[in-house]
Amino acid sequence: MNYKLFFGTVVCVALMSCGGKTETTGASNESGNTTTTTSHNPNEYDPKRGLGKFTEENVIVDAALNKEMATRGEVSANTKCISCHKLTDERLVGPGWKDVTKRHAAHWILNFITNPDPMIDKDPQLQAQLEICLVRMPNQNLTDDEARDIYEFMRKNDGIN
Amino acid sequence: MKTMKNLMILLAAVSLIAVSCRPKGSKQAISGDAASKAYVAPGEYDQFYNFVSGGFSGQMSVYGLPSGRLFRVIPVFSVDPEKGWGYSEETKPMLMTSHGFVPWDDLHHVEMSQTNGEQNGKWAFGNANNTPRVARIDLKTFRTAEIIELPNSAGNHSSPFGTENTEYVVAGTRFSVPGDNQNGDVPISTYKENFKGHISFISVNQETGAMDLAFQIRTPGVNFDLARCGRAKSHGWMFFSCYNSEMANTLLEVNASKNDKDFIMAVNWKKAEEYLKAGQAEKVAVKYAHNVWDEATHTGIHTIKNEVLVLDAAKLKDICYFIPCPKSPHGCDVDPTGEYIVGSGKLAALLPVFSFDKIIKAIENKEFETEFGGIPVIKYEAALYGEVEKPGLGPLHTEFDANGYAYTSMFVSSEVVKWNVKDLKVVDRVPTYYSVGHLCVPGGNTRKPFGKYVIAYNKITKDRYLPTGPELTQSAQLYDISGEKMQLILDFPTIGEPHYAQASPTDLIKNNGQLKIYKIEDNKHPYVTKSEADCKVVREGNKVHVYMITIRSHITPDNIEGIKVGDEVYFHITNLEQDWDIPHGFAVKGANTAELLIMPGETVTLKWNPDRVGIFPMYCTDFCSALHQEMQGYVRVSPAGSNVPLYYHTGETVTP
Repeated sequence: MNYKLFFGTVVCVALMSCGGKTETTGASNESGNTTTTTSHNPNEYDPKRGLGKFTEENVIVDAALNKEMATRGEVSANTKCISCHKLTDERLVGPGWKDVTKRHAAHWILNFITNPDPMIDKDPQLQAQLEICLVRMPNQNLTDDEARDIYEFMRKNDGIN
Repeated sequence: MKTMKNLMILLAAVSLIAVSCRPKGSKQAISGDAASKAYVAPGEYDQFYNFVSGGFSGQMSVYGLPSGRLFRVIPVFSVDPEKGWGYSEETKPMLMTSHGFVPWDDLHHVEMSQTNGEQNGKWAFGNANNTPRVARIDLKTFRTAEIIELPNSAGNHSSPFGTENTEYVVAGTRFSVPGDNQNGDVPISTYKENFKGHISFISVNQETGAMDLAFQIRTPGVNFDLARCGRAKSHGWMFFSCYNSEMANTLLEVNASKNDKDFIMAVNWKKAEEYLKAGQAEKVAVKYAHNVWDEATHTGIHTIKNEVLVLDAAKLKDICYFIPCPKSPHGCDVDPTGEYIVGSGKLAALLPVFSFDKIIKAIENKEFETEFGGIPVIKYEAALYGEVEKPGLGPLHTEFDANGYAYTSMFVSSEVVKWNVKDLKVVDRVPTYYSVGHLCVPGGNTRKPFGKYVIAYNKITKDRYLPTGPELTQSAQLYDISGEKMQLILDFPTIGEPHYAQASPTDLIKNNGQLKIYKIEDNKHPYVTKSEADCKVVREGNKVHVYMITIRSHITPDNIEGIKVGDEVYFHITNLEQDWDIPHGFAVKGANTAELLIMPGETVTLKWNPDRVGIFPMYCTDFCSALHQEMQGYVRVSPAGSNVPLYYHTGETVTP
């Protein structure tokens, strides 16, 4: 993955989205949570895709469950997610996970859990959710692989075998 | 009417006196563009990090330059309830000494680690002046990573000055005392016979920073004050200022100020290494603490060590040489080329500048005037390059810029004096407010000074700030030295008493691999809790271990019952957050200890002895989210011997 290129894109996006306001882009770039997008029109937020490095093309999900990934994902989720999310549809701090993979595309979920802050700022659904939960989902510094494993665990939770 | 007029005249006279009471020149010293030179706009970064000794606070503070903004107080030798330093079970071992737990000390000097005589941004060292110790601060975490105690020492003042590659940091004892393995129960009046000086060489691992007390050199019983390493051509030498060559043991103010000259002691530490290798050192039985912070378990490890290697300077003739230096020298500073050594005799009316080449030649030609305590004393003229005449009163300390100028603080005449190292002519002087101690030029003790500013650390602030009762803030003053004339651009208050300080360019520290979070995967704390499912409360006799986690915005478990009066409760709290700048805090009512601040991914332990029956609330002390105020819980404490079962939960109300 060409990180430099991504970084460049981020800066462009940040600059374009400034709209006269002074944004402290330095801080978010330096925290290592690089935001990026390859959307054709970077000015527009695509609520189906979210904001981040994942796209419909680069996230490959098989029809069948990858059990190994799901098992790893469960371990990661227990440390980094389950304090706030239940596996049922009941809200704890954040919404319950049941059927989350049916409500959102894989790449949207991966973008959100690896890049929460910029998406909470832009995504209408997340902003509505924030009004209910009042706690911004923390950035848990998930690696790409960890995020993908957790997604597989979410699929398992949604009944994929 | 006439009385009215008289009164007016009187009032006018009084106000005139009030105006003229203000020290001369304090207003005139500031010119129009000073504010813009010290101004750092909101959201902008400073140009330098300034690591400043916290003096009797025992801590090290970090300021930005040129703004003078305080970023952090790093707890080092004193407990810090705000950060739980010395209160959490993990940090208590860091403050252990051979005397047991010591909650306070007096940090005087700061030394940044170097490679090839230039700062490398890895570590800052600080000295404990009371119970002799040296600390290493890791500049990736801004935390104290290691503390080593020094045997045979008392008042570690001449410290922690380092060599060009931080091969060593040194620690010269301020008080000479009988050695730790000698009988110390002697009349104080037997000073000359029984009291000895020791200077310690602490080796530093270039990769890990790990410190080790490599060896000590035993010297006559003088007082060691400051030190500086040789650099470039003089690499391999260390220079120590000494006072009390009179060897007085009472009323030193008078009795240690009699001799016209005290000494700078030149130490050939490469030679000392040779003697060490050749087995010339005595193994001396002592007792000292060595405390190391373990990053993997987030825990300090305290060890007592029992032996030190000592080289005797009087027996091994060619390690140490005394150079006469006028009147109780304080500063002993080496210029960037390594050729010139400036002695600042605080009671002298001149500044001697010694030449390294001449010192070496004098040693080769045995140009000695006498011996002192078995150590050769080089003839003053044989070592002298020249003297700066009438620099000011009370010269204390000198730093250097990259253009061949030296800056010397004058304690008595409250000024900074700029002079040319080659021709020894004074070129500029500016007042300080007041009684300046040390100076700092960024990189001013290295081969490559960054220059730009000189900062004066003052002993007296008097009328510089709004009055705050009998005790006033401590203070520093920032001067722009980029032009020919020094220009005062900022006053800023400091914590404790600022002794020495050093400054590093922002990028050197900012880009050194700053740690933002502790990775939860790497947490090897024996009581870590990595998921909500693993939270538990375990009783072992009267000890109760609570495996607890915090995440925005709840504590798990937040309902605990079955605790009894007389129990020893350990809250082992893991912060499951993995985001920068999201610490959680923890406190429980009535605990005889401080709060905890738990960084993301870290585990920290609070010990609590519940002293009465009742319900004890606990809560997060560090604002974490909109629901921070909801981040709380309860502990039920039952009488000793009660049969209330151990019960813990979060989230659902269940009757046990």
